Amino acid sequence: MAQLTPAQRDAYWKKTSRLMWTIMILWVFFSFVIPAFAVQLNEIVIAGFPLGFYMAAQGSLIAFVVLCFWNASAQNKIDQEFGVDED
Amino acid sequence: MAATSKSFIDNLGKIYGGYAGGFIFFVIVLAIMEQMGVPNKIIGYCFVFLTIGVYAYIGILSRTMELSEYYVAGRVVPPFFNGMATGADWMSAASFISMAGGLYLAGYGGLGYVLGWTGGYVLVGVLLAPYLRKFGQFTVPDFLGVRYEGNTARVCGVIVLFCASFTYIVAQTFGIGIITSRFLGIPFEVAIFVGLVGILVCSMLGGMRAVTWTQVAQYIILIIAYLTPLVWLSFKLYGNPIPELAYGQTLTEIAQLEQKLGVTKPHVGAYVDAKGAFSWVEFNNFWALVLTLMIGTASLPHILMRYFTTPNVRDARKSVGWSIFFIFLLYFTAPAYAAFAKLEVYKNVIGQQIASLPAWVQNWSQVGGLLTIKDGNNDGILQLGEFIINQDIIVLSMPEIAGLPYVISGLVAAGGLAAALSTADGLLLAIANALSHDIYYKMVNPKASTMKRLTVARVLLVLVAIVGAAVAGTRPAGIIQMVAWAFSLAAAGLFAPLVMGIWWKRTTAAGAIAGMIVGFGVCAFYLVGTRYFDMPLWFGIRNISSALFGLPLAFLVTWAVSLMTQAPSKEMQDFVDSIRVPKGELAWVKGVTHE
Repeated sequence: MAQLTPAQRDAYWKKTSRLMWTIMILWVFFSFVIPAFAVQLNEIVIAGFPLGFYMAAQGSLIAFVVLCFWNASAQNKIDQEFGVDED
Repeated sequence: MAATSKSFIDNLGKIYGGYAGGFIFFVIVLAIMEQMGVPNKIIGYCFVFLTIGVYAYIGILSRTMELSEYYVAGRVVPPFFNGMATGADWMSAASFISMAGGLYLAGYGGLGYVLGWTGGYVLVGVLLAPYLRKFGQFTVPDFLGVRYEGNTARVCGVIVLFCASFTYIVAQTFGIGIITSRFLGIPFEVAIFVGLVGILVCSMLGGMRAVTWTQVAQYIILIIAYLTPLVWLSFKLYGNPIPELAYGQTLTEIAQLEQKLGVTKPHVGAYVDAKGAFSWVEFNNFWALVLTLMIGTASLPHILMRYFTTPNVRDARKSVGWSIFFIFLLYFTAPAYAAFAKLEVYKNVIGQQIASLPAWVQNWSQVGGLLTIKDGNNDGILQLGEFIINQDIIVLSMPEIAGLPYVISGLVAAGGLAAALSTADGLLLAIANALSHDIYYKMVNPKASTMKRLTVARVLLVLVAIVGAAVAGTRPAGIIQMVAWAFSLAAAGLFAPLVMGIWWKRTTAAGAIAGMIVGFGVCAFYLVGTRYFDMPLWFGIRNISSALFGLPLAFLVTWAVSLMTQAPSKEMQDFVDSIRVPKGELAWVKGVTHE
C-alpha cells in the first residue's frame, strides 16, 4: 500500500482542495452569477432563445454536467500523481 | 441467486439494450392492437401491469440473503448504470409530470427548479460522494455515528433522514395512486394499494440490489416516454427532431402572441411580478430556491446512498457525472414541453370559439378539475382569464396535442409510473435501512445474526411502505409543498455535518450535533410557523426555501461549538485522513464496529 508521509498527504490534500475550490467557484458562477444577470442577458437573442432564459434552461445545466466529469478526471490525475489511485 | 455474478455485470449493456428494444417492440405491438380496435382501457391495463410485471420479475431475480447485497448491491454497480439508477431514483412523479407544467405557468421563475434539481450533483461529486464511498459502510447516519463518535449524532441523522424522506415518500405514493387510478379506471384508494404492491415487489426481497436493477429498467422507460411525444411534435412543427434546439423559435412566436393577447407577464421575463415589472422579492426567492434545492440534493440520503454501490472511489466520482447527464436529458427537455404547450394554447385555444376548441381541450375538460373553461362574459369566445389549467396536464396531454395515438398516452403514463415507483423505492430503502441498520443493529441488538438483520430490515420496509400508503390515502393537503420541505429539512439538517466532517478535521461531535439541532430546528420552525401559524415571512422568502435560514446557522453553530470544545482525538484525525485518500485501509478509531 502506498503509505503517504504526512508531507505528501498535506500536498495531496492541498491539490485536492484547490480543485474543489475551483469547481465550487465555477458552480457559483453558473448557479447564481449568471442567473443574477438574466434580465440583461435576455436582451441578447440567439436562434430565438433570449440568452438569460437559455442559460437557466440549458447552458448552466450543460456546465454542471461538464463540471462533474471534469472533477472526476482531474481528481484521478491528482490520485495518480501521488500513487493513491485504486487498481 | 448468491452474489452478483461477473458475467451479469459484463453483459449489462446487452441485457438492458435488449430490454429497451423489447419495450419499444411492445409499444409497437400495442399501437397495432389499437389500430385494430382494441379499446383504450385494455391498452392502459397492458402498460400498467406489464411494466410492473417486469419490475417484479427483476425484483424477484435479485432476491438476496447477503447483507452487502441487500444494503449496497454488493458494491459492483458500474458508474454508467449507477448513473441511470440514480436518475430514476432522483426523478420523481413531480419531475416527470408536474415540472413542465410548473414551467408553463411560471415561465422563467420555474427555471429555479430546473437549475436547483441539477446543480446539486456538482456538490455531491466534489464534496461528498467519493469520501462516503471510501468510508464504505451501509447508510448515511453510519457516517455521522462513526465520525462524531456515538449514537447521539447517529440518532440526529436518522431523525432528519426520516422527516425528509417520509414526507417525500407520501407524495410519491400519492402520485402513484393518481396515475394508476387514472389509467386503470379504479378508485384512488384501491390504486394506492396496487401501487404499494408495485413498490414492494421491487425492493423487499433484494433490497438495494433489486432496487438498483429495477431503477435502471425504470429509467429507460421514463426517458423514452418523456422524449417521444415531444420529439414527434418538434419534428411536425419545425422539421427538427431535437425539441431542445427547436423551441427557440417557439419562444419567439410566444413573445409575439403575448403582445397580441395582452399578456402582462412574459414567458421568458426574469424576476417579474404579475404586471411584468422587475421585483426584488422574485429575484431573492429565485436564488434562495436554487440554493435550497441544490444543497438539498446533496443531503438527501436516498441519493447519497446510491454512491455506496459503486466498485470504488474513482467510479463513485464518475458515476456522479453519469447521474447528472441522465437527469439533464429530462430536465433540459422540460422547458421545451412548456413552450410547445404554451404556443398551442395561445395559438389554437385562446380567442377561439368555445364550441370548436381542439379535441384535447374538450377531452381534458371533462376529466374532473384539471382543465376548466368558463365563459365568464358569455360571448362564446375563450378569453385568457377564462382558461384555467392544472400543471399536471401539460405532460399528460402532450401526446394528444401532438396528434399521437392513445398508445403514446399509455406510454407517458408508464413513464410517470416508473418515475414515481423508482423514487418511492429509493426513499423506502433509505428509511427502512436507517431504521434496521442504524437503530436496530447498531443500537438495539448489535449481536443480531445476518438472518435476523435481514428479516428485521424487510419487516420495517413493509411497515414503512404501509404507513406511507395509508397517509397518502388520506389525501393530505399541500402535497407538493411537502416535497419541497424534504429538501429544506435535509439541507438544513445534514449538509453541514457531512461536509464539515470530511473537509474540516477540527469539527467535533458536540459541534456537529449542535449544528444539526439548530439548523434543522430553525428550518422546521420557519416551515411550520409560516405554513400553519401565519408567521410573517422573513425577508419575503417563501417557505419552500426555508433552508436558507437553517443552513448557514448549522455551519456557524458547528464551527463555533467545535472551536469551544476539545479538538477530536489524534485517532479521529487519522481516520478523517484515511477517508480523504482513495487507496488504502481506513484507520478506524478503536472500539468502532464496522462491517
